[in-house]
Amino acid sequence: MGDIGLSQYLMVGAVLFVCGVVCMATKRNVIGVLMGVELVLNGSNVNFVAFSRYTPLGLDGQATALFVIVLAAAEAAVALAIALNFYNNHLTIDVDRGNELHG
Amino acid sequence: MSETTGKILMLLLTAAWLLPLAGFVVEIYWLRLSHRLHKGAAYCAVGCIGLGFLCSLSALLFWGYQNNWSALTESDHHAHAVAGTAAHASGSDQQSAVKHEEDDDDDEDDGDDDENEGGHTEHAHAHADDADHAHDPHADHAHAAPVRKYATGTYYELARFSGLRVSLDWYIDSLTLVMFVMVTFIATCIHLFAIGYMKDELTEEYEDHEVHLHGGGHFSRPGRFHRFFAYLSLFCFSMLGLVLAGNIFQVFIFWELVGLSSYLLIGFYIERKSASTAANKAFIMNRVGDFGFLIGMMILWTSFGTFQFGDRGEGAHAEAGLFTMVRGHDGKLDVSEDGKQVYLRNAEGERAEKNGVPLTISYVLLVAAGLGVFAGSIGKSAQFPLQTWLPDAMEGPTPVSALVHSATMVAAGVYLAARFYPVFTPEVLLGIAYIGCITLFIAATIAVVVTDIKRVLAYSTISQLGYMMLAIGVSGWGAALFHLVTHAFFKSLMFLCSGSVIAGCHHVQDMNRMGGLRHKMKITAYTMLIGVIAIAGLAIPGTSIGLSGFYSKDAIVASAMAYSELNPGHFLLFITPLVTAGITSFYMFRLWFLTFAGAPRDAEVYEHCHENPRIMTTPLIVLAVLAAGCAWGGEGGPLYRLIVDSETVPAVNRVISVGSSHVTLPSHQGHESDVHHVHATAGILALVSALIGMAMAYLLYVKKAVDPHQIRMQFSSVYDFLVDKWRFDALYEVMFVAPVHVISAWCVDFDRRVLDTILHGAAKVTVIAAKWDRFFDETFVDGVVNLVGNVTYTVGNSLKVVQTGRLRQYVMWIAVGVIALFGALFSAIPK
Repeated sequence: MGDIGLSQYLMVGAVLFVCGVVCMATKRNVIGVLMGVELVLNGSNVNFVAFSRYTPLGLDGQATALFVIVLAAAEAAVALAIALNFYNNHLTIDVDRGNELHG
Repeated sequence: MSETTGKILMLLLTAAWLLPLAGFVVEIYWLRLSHRLHKGAAYCAVGCIGLGFLCSLSALLFWGYQNNWSALTESDHHAHAVAGTAAHASGSDQQSAVKHEEDDDDDEDDGDDDENEGGHTEHAHAHADDADHAHDPHADHAHAAPVRKYATGTYYELARFSGLRVSLDWYIDSLTLVMFVMVTFIATCIHLFAIGYMKDELTEEYEDHEVHLHGGGHFSRPGRFHRFFAYLSLFCFSMLGLVLAGNIFQVFIFWELVGLSSYLLIGFYIERKSASTAANKAFIMNRVGDFGFLIGMMILWTSFGTFQFGDRGEGAHAEAGLFTMVRGHDGKLDVSEDGKQVYLRNAEGERAEKNGVPLTISYVLLVAAGLGVFAGSIGKSAQFPLQTWLPDAMEGPTPVSALVHSATMVAAGVYLAARFYPVFTPEVLLGIAYIGCITLFIAATIAVVVTDIKRVLAYSTISQLGYMMLAIGVSGWGAALFHLVTHAFFKSLMFLCSGSVIAGCHHVQDMNRMGGLRHKMKITAYTMLIGVIAIAGLAIPGTSIGLSGFYSKDAIVASAMAYSELNPGHFLLFITPLVTAGITSFYMFRLWFLTFAGAPRDAEVYEHCHENPRIMTTPLIVLAVLAAGCAWGGEGGPLYRLIVDSETVPAVNRVISVGSSHVTLPSHQGHESDVHHVHATAGILALVSALIGMAMAYLLYVKKAVDPHQIRMQFSSVYDFLVDKWRFDALYEVMFVAPVHVISAWCVDFDRRVLDTILHGAAKVTVIAAKWDRFFDETFVDGVVNLVGNVTYTVGNSLKVVQTGRLRQYVMWIAVGVIALFGALFSAIPK
C-alpha cells in the first residue's frame, strides 16, 4: 500500500455514491430511499473536499461541500414532510404505491 | 359720399337687412314660444320688416340731408352739382374732383326744373351757380378720379386666395337706398295683408280643399301660419342682402337664397301636386339661368381677379372694382386697335399694368361674361326663354305672388342686370334688348286670353319685366329702374287686390265666374282700378299728368324710340313695346271689366262674396296712393332723379359701340339728348296706343259691341296657340323632357343589359373562385394543420408508457443512463 492520494479518496466517494444509488433503486421504503440520497450526497462531498485538498481548486471545493450539506438538510426536511403526508393519505410509505402520475 | 356718411348708412341698412333674419329665427321656432292659434309670428314679422322700413327710410332721408338733396335739384350733369353743393353746404373740401371736362352750361334754365316744387327750383338755381363756381377751378383735373357716389366696405372677409378676396361686403348708392325703401315698404304692406289673408291657417286642423284623398274628403293638416311668416321674413332678408351686396359672389349667395325662399313659398301648399310641381319648376328653371351666372362669375374671377363692385381705398392704395376696371371713369370701353382686347383700368381710370404689361381681357370673354350674368337674370326675371315658371308660381298664396312679382324675386333679376350694366358690352345690351322685346310681346299676348285672375297678372309681370330689360338694352338705365320701382308698387297693389277678390270670393279665381263685384267690394275694385290705370300708362291727354306707370313706360318707350332712330335696323325694338303698350292696356282693362264691371255671371259667387276686413284693405289704399303718385314729376321728379344719381356709367352723350354689332346707344341725359328729342312724340304714341287698348276692352267687355266668343271662334287657331302659352311648355316637353325620358330609357336599358350582366358575371366568377378557395383551404391548409396535430398526439400517446410513476424505476434509468453516457464518452474519446 503506498501513500494515500487523491484517487483513494475518489474511490471512497465512488463507493459511497454507488451504495447510495443502489440503495435508492432497491429500497421500497421512503426512509431507505432518503438514506440512499444522503449517501449519494456525502459521496459527492468527499469528492469535493478531496479535490480542494489535492488540486488548485482550493477552498471553493470546501465551500461547495458546505452548501451541499445545507442542501441535504433542507432536502431531508422537505422529503420527510412529503413522506408524512404520503403516509397520511395512503397509510403506507411504499414508494411503489405512489404511482398516480403514471402515463 | 363721405366715409362717415357711408358708415352711418351702412349701419342703418344693415339693421334693416338683419331684422328680417332675426324675425325668421324667432318665427320658425314660434311653436315653442306659443301655439298655432296665435298671431304673434305675424306681428313679429311685421315688426321686423316695418322697423326695417323705418331704418331704410331714415337712411334715405339722412343721405338726402347730407347731400342737401342735390340729387333731386340739379338737372343734368349731377356730378357737378354734387361737388358744388357738398362743398358749399358742409364747407369741407372732401369732394373736390369733378367728373367731366365738357361743361354743361344750361343748368339754370333747364325746363325740367319747372316741374319741381318751388323751393327746390330755387335751390336748383343756387346750386347750379355753385356748381359752376366749383367746376371752374377744377377743370384741369378732369382726368382725376371723380367723387365716388357710393360707399362700400367689408363686413367680414371669408377667405383670401392670393389676389382674390371672398368677403361679405356692402355697397350703398342711391339705387341701393331706393331699393331698400321700396322693398321694405312693399313687404310691410304685404305682410299686413297676409295677416288677414292667411288667417285660415290659424287652426289645428286646416282642411285643404284642393287636395282630394282617395277615400273622398279632403286632406287635413295643422295650420302653418307661423311658418308662412317665417318664410316671408327669410325672403325679405335674402332680397335685402342681395341689394346690399358689395360683390358678385355675395350677390350669388343671396340670389340662391331668394330662389330658395321663393321655392319654399311657391310650394307652401306642398300637399297639392300642382304646388310642389310649380315649386320644382321655378327652382329648376332658375338653376338653368344660374348655370350661366356661374360661368359669367368664373370669367370675371379669372380675368379681373376681383369680385368687388366698387373701388376701395384712396390714393396709391386704391383697388379698382369691376366697374372701374371695365369702364374707367369716362364710361368708355378701352378696346384695342384690332377690337379683340379690352384694356382694364386701375382705380385712377388709366390702363392697369402689371410688371409693365397692360392687363387686358379678351373682348369675346367680356361678352361671354355679360351674357352669363344676364342668363342669371333671365332665369330670375322670367325672361324668354325661361319665362314659363312664373305663371306656375301662382300656386303659392297670393301675398307670396305679390312679393315675388313686385319687390323681390323678379326684381332681383332686373336689379342685377342694372347693377352690371357697366360690364355689358354693346353686343350684350343688344341681346338684352331683344330678349326683353320678345318676352314683353309673348307674355302680353298670352295675358289676353287667360281667365285666371292671378295668371293675367303673372303674364303682365313677365311683360313688364320685358319692358325693363328692353330699357336696359337700349341704354335707358334709369328708365328701367324707374319702371322697376313703379311696377313694384302697382303690381303689388294689383296682386293684393286679386288676393282680396280671391279671399272675398272664397277662393274662386276664374274671371268667368266673377263680374259686377265692384258693388260688393268697393275698396278693392277702385284701388285695383288705380293699379290698372297705372300699368296701362294712361294720362290726361294734352298734359303730362298721369299715374306712375305712365311716366315710367313713357321713359322706356322714349328710350326705345331714340334707339331705333339711331339704329333704323332695330326698329322692332320700338314698334313692339309700342304695340304691346296697347295690348297691356287691353288685357288689364279686360281683367277689371270682367271682374268688377257688368252683371254678375255666377250668382253663387256673387252672393257669397264680401269685402275683406280693414287689415287687408288698408294696405291696398296705401299702395294705391303710392302706385298713383310714386313717380310724381316723371323724369324731372324725385324718384327718377334719385335712381339716375347712381348710374355707374356716367353721362356720356353718345356711345358709339365697338365690335361687330355697330349699334349707337342714345344719350339720355341733358337737354340736347337723343331721348329728349323724341320724348314728346314717344309719349303721345304710347298714350294713343294705351287708349286704343282701353277702348277696345271697353267695347268688347262692357258695351259688348262684338261678342268676344265670336272673335275666339273666328281665330280659333290663334286662340288655342295663345291659350297654350305659345306652346312653350309643349316645346320644352319635346325639346328637353322627352329627350331626357328617351335617354333615361336608354340608360335603364344599358343598365339592365350591360351593367347588370357584367355585375352578375362578376358575382358568378366570385362564387366559383370562392368555392375553389374553400376546397383548397379545407383540403390542403387544414390537412397540414391536422397532420401536425395528429403526429404530435400519436408521439405523445406512445411516449406515455415510459411514465410509469415508479420512483425506483426512474432511479434505475438515471443510473443506467449515466453509465451509458460514461460508456459512450469513454468509447468515443480516444485515450
